[in-house]
Amino acid sequence: MEKYRIDPSKGMEFGIYTLGDHLADPRTGERISAKERIQQMVRLAELADQAGIDFFSVGESHQPYFASQAHAVILAAIAQATEKIKIGSSSTILSTSDPVRVYENFATLDLISNGRAEIIAGRASRVGLFELLGYDLQNYEALFEEKFDLLLQLNEDEVVNWSGEFRRPLRNAEVLPRPVNGSLPIWRAVGGTPASAIKAGYAGVPMTLAMLGGPASVFKQTIDTYREALAARGFDPTQLPVATTGFFYAAETTQEALRDYYPHINEGMKKTNGQGFPKQLFAQGADHRSIINVGSSQQIIEKILYQHEQFGHQRYLAQLDFGGVPFEKMARNIEYIGTEILPAIKKYTKQGGAEQ
Amino acid sequence: MKVVGISGSIVGSKTKTAMSLLWEEMSKAYPNAEHVLLDLADYQLQFSDGRNYLDYTGDTAYVTEQIMQADILFIGTPIFQASIPGTLKNVFDLLPTQALRDKVAAIIVTAGSARHFLVAEQQLKPILSYMKAHLVSSYVFAEEKDFLNGKIINDDVHFRLQRLIEDAFDLAEAQASIRTKKEAEYDF
Repeated sequence: MEKYRIDPSKGMEFGIYTLGDHLADPRTGERISAKERIQQMVRLAELADQAGIDFFSVGESHQPYFASQAHAVILAAIAQATEKIKIGSSSTILSTSDPVRVYENFATLDLISNGRAEIIAGRASRVGLFELLGYDLQNYEALFEEKFDLLLQLNEDEVVNWSGEFRRPLRNAEVLPRPVNGSLPIWRAVGGTPASAIKAGYAGVPMTLAMLGGPASVFKQTIDTYREALAARGFDPTQLPVATTGFFYAAETTQEALRDYYPHINEGMKKTNGQGFPKQLFAQGADHRSIINVGSSQQIIEKILYQHEQFGHQRYLAQLDFGGVPFEKMARNIEYIGTEILPAIKKYTKQGGAEQ
Repeated sequence: MKVVGISGSIVGSKTKTAMSLLWEEMSKAYPNAEHVLLDLADYQLQFSDGRNYLDYTGDTAYVTEQIMQADILFIGTPIFQASIPGTLKNVFDLLPTQALRDKVAAIIVTAGSARHFLVAEQQLKPILSYMKAHLVSSYVFAEEKDFLNGKIINDDVHFRLQRLIEDAFDLAEAQASIRTKKEAEYDF
């Protein structure tokens, strides 16, 4: 776990991620400017840092209703504004970027932040960026696999010799600067299906798993499959961390949390995904077996601990800003996390923690 | 209430004729409904490549967006090679897996002979169910002998179309009111 800067003796890590969506608040119909939205992400990271949260990440998206096209630049601002919190991408769309450039950016970010930078690399769920950035969608899978291999090699070796299909070969190439401790934690972003998790397992890289809705038991299968794939290729599953991600919203009561967050999720999904989020499915989020972590602090603590029992994961990432949530509500969420949720999670997930 | 009709083939005239008649009857019976009739012959649709429908452009974006906005879908189809035409199947392939959630779908089949009657039952209904549509269980089937010179000459087909329209609107209203009531109970 050390290679990935994770210390399990301190308990499960708790992080916050934003996709960088730029949507109207459905209650007022008003959308802040892209400038304000980006500054909001930086302020949110600052608050997360002050609350003792472990990790903060920003996604890359190139479509309408997003402001995080240049996510590495936003992360640089966050690096400067924060002190302790680890920072990363969630995710970097590697398929449409040159891995050398990505590595240069994130190694630089690591230097700016004193060794706090990480990459979570993904394939994109929406594909408009292929045309925008000049790539052929027909190569959707091949592009990612080749670029991801190269990225891992750049991380391992200071001098790289490489050739592939989608960019010119590298001959004794030195990719600089180097990160503070020689390498960066590089994770593979995985959607809900086991097929993608198997690829992460075969590559022997840590996995960040997206969970939109449904019971924990379904995602446990994906995580088990990942660990089996790791073991099948001779990797030690106890040395490779798993992170899960999903909707999060805390309020005084569970009903209030559902009421507060639902319009943001529903309207936000319509705009970014083309279909709303069914109320029925969201209502099931109140059940302790559902992976939607929306509720009172106490209920969320119980759910996250239940998920930890099921998954044995090392990091949980909460998405609490989706769909134009007003900033004061985000700040209130950070407060719930910092004062109630985080201490309880740490207490019960650190080694030997349950007895303390 | 938004109503979208799809005339599912780019060749032939019977499906188009049946859909035109259905549209005429519907506009009389439900003049306030917003309605769009999509004749696939009028659009250049690309083959589905699995992307989110919002990422398509041009005609493909227009047609998929119209369908996604519909409350009621009337799907008109001929029968080709013991199934629906590839043009219509492609439209379904362009959409998300649960694209027809909370929508009512009603079917109008045209065919050369009565031998094709069960094709919609076995080929089209499973697709619509898979995509989570509320199905009007009976469909209208019109065959060669019901048509003459671009008109439907069998009065019974007229009556059946009228009933299909009514059934589709009734089902849509019933489903919407159940959903509204249910969602109010959630209290969020």
